Amino acid sequence: MASEKAEMDSLKKECDGLRTQIEAARKAVNDGSMSSAAGSATDVGRVQLKLRKSLKGHLAKIYSMHWATDSRSMVSASQDGKLLVWDTFSGNKMVAVPLKSAWVMSVAFAPSGNLVASGGLDNMCTVYNIKSASPKTLRELDAHTGYLACCRFLSDTEILTASGDTTCCLWDLETGKQKIIFTNHIGDCMSLALSQDERTFVSGACDSLAKLWDLREGTCKQTFSGHTSDINAINFFPSGNAFITGSDDCSCKMYDLRSDQEVIGYQDTSLNAGVTSLALSNSGRLIFAGYDDFNCHIWDSMKGEKVGVLSGHDNRVSCTGVPGDGMGVCTGSWDSFLKLWN
Amino acid sequence: MSSKMQSSSSMAQARRMVQQLRLEASFERIKVSKASSDLMRYCGEHAKNDPLLMGIPTSENPFKDKKPCTVL
Repeated sequence: MASEKAEMDSLKKECDGLRTQIEAARKAVNDGSMSSAAGSATDVGRVQLKLRKSLKGHLAKIYSMHWATDSRSMVSASQDGKLLVWDTFSGNKMVAVPLKSAWVMSVAFAPSGNLVASGGLDNMCTVYNIKSASPKTLRELDAHTGYLACCRFLSDTEILTASGDTTCCLWDLETGKQKIIFTNHIGDCMSLALSQDERTFVSGACDSLAKLWDLREGTCKQTFSGHTSDINAINFFPSGNAFITGSDDCSCKMYDLRSDQEVIGYQDTSLNAGVTSLALSNSGRLIFAGYDDFNCHIWDSMKGEKVGVLSGHDNRVSCTGVPGDGMGVCTGSWDSFLKLWN
Repeated sequence: MSSKMQSSSSMAQARRMVQQLRLEASFERIKVSKASSDLMRYCGEHAKNDPLLMGIPTSENPFKDKKPCTVL
């Protein structure tokens, strides 16, 4: 017993020492802020986007939406127990997928456009083929011991999930089995984003940390701190060298992978609402962040200033997405509507 | 779970934490000034291909409602 206690004490001491070492190493490279570097960048001015379409169809709160790679189709999920696939050019509903469990929290479109996936409080991720005559359940991925907070397809044969059980998981859709389980978070995993080369992904969790993972090795490569509450949203900056997070602490942050730290924060004393979702414009210059205050606020990612707002929802903005061609922003809300802006 | 099992699992957890921190500590970091200027350069180079930044001409706007014209 005494030797165990001695080992625990020495392990704890080593952890504390390593943490101090990491903080010192980060400080040593922190030789200037992004906002001062961005002083020379051109101003974006006031960003005023117009509401182009309001998509009506869901009968309850919308929790999630995801654009298809064709930048035209889009899938949304609502706790009315349905997934709706929209043609955003016409505003028409193309497919309706009835869900076994209405408590959906996340939805994703496969890059091929053939499959969609969703899940939530049922702790499962269900994959549907939407190209068959009527939507067909392809797989029910059932191994998480907590809610499904986020899912993203790598292809028609692999999907990544983030769960309230504090793990992320890579699944093989041909067998329906888990390939790799990513463990290191100590709080519910809320959101994930895949790198463009699909070799890594980042996750945000209720432990207020963001982590970078090696997708094939299953290891956590880097951990980013700074937020003081749950991270609800995470997305890569288009260069792939940074990512942005949105949190219940009412702020967004940009973390750079190569300097291993936060490089700029996005917060405003007048903004006292949690960030639920975020998306970036194609150059990475604009951040569209959905908040609990019913708005989607627009930030200049380089200068750290608020440059616009998308107002029109009558309840919390729960999801935000920019299509691959960057031609607009879609916001989804607890008011049951999706809105398209550009 | 017996207290012996509990203490050995928290020991295992502590060992994993040390291993993880050793890995993270060994990372080679670049200067924030270089990281920032690279990010800024990316934004600058891609600004012209960012429709939400540049604006979209009405004729090319995929989301704009096409209203039918009536001849009176």
